Amino acid sequence: MEEKVKEIIQQYSGDKSYLVPILQDVQREFNYLPKDVLCAVSAHLSVPISRVYEVVTFYKAFSLKPKGRYQLSLCMGTACHVRGAELIARNMEDILGIKEGDTTADLEFSYETVGCLGACALGPVLVVNGEYHGHMNIAKSTKILKKLGKKGATDDEQD
Amino acid sequence: MTSKIKSFNELKSVQKRLKAGRDPKKPGITVCVGTGCLAYGTKKLVENFREELSKRDLADRIDFRTSGCHGFCERGPMVVLSPEKIFYQRVGLADAGEIIDKTLLKGEIIDRLLYVDPATGEKVVHEDDVPFYKKQSRLVFGLNFQVDPESIEDYLAIGGYGALGKALTGMKPEEIIQEIIKANLRGRGGGGFPAGWKWDATRKAQGEPKYIVCNADEGDPGAYMDRSLLEGNPHLVLEGMVIGAYAIGSSQGYIYVRNEYPLAVKNIHIAIRQAREAGLLGENILGSGFSFDVKVNRGGGAFVCGESSALFASLEGRAGEPRAKYIHATDRGLYDKPTNLNNVETWANVPFIIERGADWFAGIGTAGSKGTKIFSLVGKINNTGLVEVPMGTTLREIVFEIGGGIPDGRKFKAIQTGGPSGGCIPEQYLDLPVDFDELTKIGSMMGSGGLIVMDDRNCMVNVAKYFTNFLVNESCGKCVPCREGIRRMRDILADITEGKGREGDVELLEKISTGILDGALCALGNSAPNPVLSTIRYFRDEYAAHIKEKRCPAGVCRDLITYSVDAEKCTGCMVCVKVCPTGAASGERKKVHVIDQAKCTKCGACRESCKFDSIIVR
Repeated sequence: MEEKVKEIIQQYSGDKSYLVPILQDVQREFNYLPKDVLCAVSAHLSVPISRVYEVVTFYKAFSLKPKGRYQLSLCMGTACHVRGAELIARNMEDILGIKEGDTTADLEFSYETVGCLGACALGPVLVVNGEYHGHMNIAKSTKILKKLGKKGATDDEQD
Repeated sequence: MTSKIKSFNELKSVQKRLKAGRDPKKPGITVCVGTGCLAYGTKKLVENFREELSKRDLADRIDFRTSGCHGFCERGPMVVLSPEKIFYQRVGLADAGEIIDKTLLKGEIIDRLLYVDPATGEKVVHEDDVPFYKKQSRLVFGLNFQVDPESIEDYLAIGGYGALGKALTGMKPEEIIQEIIKANLRGRGGGGFPAGWKWDATRKAQGEPKYIVCNADEGDPGAYMDRSLLEGNPHLVLEGMVIGAYAIGSSQGYIYVRNEYPLAVKNIHIAIRQAREAGLLGENILGSGFSFDVKVNRGGGAFVCGESSALFASLEGRAGEPRAKYIHATDRGLYDKPTNLNNVETWANVPFIIERGADWFAGIGTAGSKGTKIFSLVGKINNTGLVEVPMGTTLREIVFEIGGGIPDGRKFKAIQTGGPSGGCIPEQYLDLPVDFDELTKIGSMMGSGGLIVMDDRNCMVNVAKYFTNFLVNESCGKCVPCREGIRRMRDILADITEGKGREGDVELLEKISTGILDGALCALGNSAPNPVLSTIRYFRDEYAAHIKEKRCPAGVCRDLITYSVDAEKCTGCMVCVKVCPTGAASGERKKVHVIDQAKCTKCGACRESCKFDSIIVR
């Protein structure tokens, strides 16, 4: 782990001002930001751990908790909102049984809402592990979760 | 790869050579690979085209190009065929072979891929005749179509970096600044501050080094023009920055870009590398003795980082909290040094002004706002996309002529401009010209250019709650009026939408707004009440309906509505019965269905699936 952190820091020539992008790369590598990894970043970049922690908790992009196998991001940009993203958000929470920003206990699903993804023509948009699903609606979102293996209370209907 | 260009003359001959290599009559295929089109799966279409071309041994005879966003995102994937500019839309991923065989080789038009003008029902063959494009002046954005964002040769072939050459060899820094002042180029990020004055102040400020920064932290939900410029034509933005750096006397620039824009990040990195190799960035640019380089820094997903002092804090590797601005960034910005910050679109306008002159630029637009503006037209609109029009174009022209009006025959209700800092504008103001000053007069603002159209099924109290909630999440928490005030407003709005509104709530919202407007530290806070104030101003009745009658006229607020079946329209098709997750909808085939209110959770699944519009929401 230490080696990987060092390698990422090296790519930015150890420049402290790149703390945010460095942490982004580190998070991509380890799926989230565990304590020992943050300590390693702090040590090798010579930035106090308090500062690292401040930055990690300030920016929405960082997670101190492990992320699920499927990362679901529902766009909550204004265009998606006016096209009914709120209803879909509720459906997602109902089926997954978690609140926005959380991960299911079995580490299968992480679900978050995000600001604009800039794919407004396709709105509402649901992104599953980087893949865009456009013109989302309640029925489609239920179907996607079902396909990914989510056995919710609501998706065992007649068909 | 272009080798190092050592002078303006050499640049001119390189441009000439590359231009000569591009025969305007040669058949060509341009596929839009902006983020919008890529989301439709266009990558596969591009692979198919490449494969089909090489199968037919046509790779040399046909110019195949992937380009940045064309703007008409609604109709992606899009393919334009040169030289006639035949426009194919909603192209299937397997259509590549057919397009090559029929249109390129035989000149036959494929009917089903043409755009149909909904107003006349006629099919449109050429891109320029599509109403969406016809009414626009695609000055800055139009170049996207002509270049592959990963190719500096493409950019040079259309005269790219010519303005830089002209500036470095023929103009003094002060002359450039005067030109920008004369053109009255105002900040496209939303502030509208004259860029030339800012440049002048930074140039004259004490302290070295001086920095210039490009703000690509496009945080307004529903706005994506900066991304499309940066990912579609990164060299244009870079060229503007180098010119600015020379005028200001800066040797180091930064681009602060959202991490959520991976394609823009990738393309700007490629562009920077190419520009360095070509001697257009780095040491001794074009042999002029002037040196300048650019670093790219990715944001961490915080809306407040679009604010200048928060952005600088983030660039320094700290939490993005703003500071009071008694001292301007032009005196003390990044690392406490004089810093000039402009937004992507502002930088992209600079090469045009230098190339064609301030008088030409000032000839476009209104008295106080010059040039064009790119808007992202989204929401309840037929033609979602990016639209570039001269400043002063009316909202009505943008919404109805370019945007094609409201889908499904519904009624226009309001247009939201300026993002979370702006306001909602009702129909009576649709004929106002859009520029920096006019929309401010009616309680909104042009902002960075997001235009979100809403119809009669959008609840304005809910929209106000949406923006306020967004700002609660994005407030950095440093100052009390913003941190506590917006939260209180959100709570009151939530109460109103949940049927717990009380007499006097609207007045209380107005009172808190005044406090936030006066007391907040930065622009995020002191524009935060705008969405609430503007909806109160123009849709006070709707607030009253929620508070007094416990009713949501638009049928949105869950606690105030019920779902029922319109017996006249229901055909008994069983679709709602099937999709209802709680078993509230029931009935037999070919008989009118009913919704059991006790079981209904108001999830909306029945209304969404009903093909006969027979679900009544009241």
